[in-house]
Amino acid sequence: MSGSSSVAAMKKVVQQLQLEAGFNCVKVSQAAADLKQFCLQNAQHDPLLTGASSSTNPFRPQKVCSFL
Amino acid sequence: MATEALHENETLASLKSEAENLKGKLEEERAKLHDVELHQVAERVEALGQFVMKTRRTLKGHGNKVLCMDWCKDKRRIVSSSQDGKVIVWDSFTTNKEHAVTMPCTWVMACAYAPSGCAIACGGLDNKCSVYPLTFDKNENMAAKKKSVAMHTNYLSACSFTNSDMQILTASGDGTCALWDVESGQLLQSFHGHGADVLCLDLAPSETGNTFVSGGCDKKAMVWDMRSGQCVQAFETHESDINSVRYYPSGDAFASGSDDATCRLYDLRADREVAIYSKESIIFGASSVDFSLSGRLLFAGYNDYTINVWDVLKGSRVSILFGHENRVSTLRVSPDGTAFCSGSWDHTLRVWA
Repeated sequence: MSGSSSVAAMKKVVQQLQLEAGFNCVKVSQAAADLKQFCLQNAQHDPLLTGASSSTNPFRPQKVCSFL
Repeated sequence: MATEALHENETLASLKSEAENLKGKLEEERAKLHDVELHQVAERVEALGQFVMKTRRTLKGHGNKVLCMDWCKDKRRIVSSSQDGKVIVWDSFTTNKEHAVTMPCTWVMACAYAPSGCAIACGGLDNKCSVYPLTFDKNENMAAKKKSVAMHTNYLSACSFTNSDMQILTASGDGTCALWDVESGQLLQSFHGHGADVLCLDLAPSETGNTFVSGGCDKKAMVWDMRSGQCVQAFETHESDINSVRYYPSGDAFASGSDDATCRLYDLRADREVAIYSKESIIFGASSVDFSLSGRLLFAGYNDYTINVWDVLKGSRVSILFGHENRVSTLRVSPDGTAFCSGSWDHTLRVWA
């Protein structure tokens, strides 16, 4: 019966909302500070960010070696 | 009978008002915690300099639109799938094709490399996800060892191995995601909640536990607990289909790309959208997104053939990359962050560094 299935569906919605309401949120200022911190701490290990030199990046053109 | 119907209507009405109340309370609580914007926190962070990123390799060989690609953990091999039904494994250093298999269907929308590097998974209009072991024996027919793992009731849009070769997570046009055991093909968990096709998924970095995020045509991004099958967080701020989701490297946030021409960043601990990457001049949908290793850069491929590089913290675009001659459909940064690969409807893949 369509009536009981919309009640059941609605119950699920309420349950989901109750679950989300119980969630302990952090302030955006704190969360943003942590994101920023992570970026800065890992910046030097990020080849695409630092533009790693040809010698360490296998995709960039290699300097030609000459055998003497 | 009349009294039963009346009772049900009352229950439905009271549940609806309870839902409205909860939603209102949630919004109020969340608003209190929204004390600042991400770009404000990043104001004093040094601006990024000019970027020199070029196409370093072009992988040619697909006969039609490239729909998906994935990197092998060895940081050099790539698997890609196409509308022409072919799945190809490439050595991105040499651009050589190492394996190729023809699927029984066209539009192979999803493909993934196994963590061991010894197998690949793929699927699409066949509604399945199949696993192919990779063999270097020239006499062996790759298609012969095919193993059907996942069965959905509509197209497969995304797939990913979990931490091992033993389990696969899938997303489908049937509106669900599912976790499968590769060996037995058994369904281990299913994830219901999206109101329309699920288009993408991404697993949380292993350190952060057993969750994954999915995005769909219902404009929602949902975070799931893999063990319970429960949706633990949901975000609905996009104005159109979400084509791509990707976790921030720390696991505390994820980015999304959508047909509404924006990319957005959602922080999981603040439980809200914290940044939006958009420009008035960008009017075509973003099809795929990925972060650089530190999370500072967000690479996004668009339907206007370009790739935009965003400063994640400041919210500004730092570079625009041209090269593809049709929509960019897929984009992934390599496992060691030295390059990223993009696949396009122009039949090619490009490796950028």
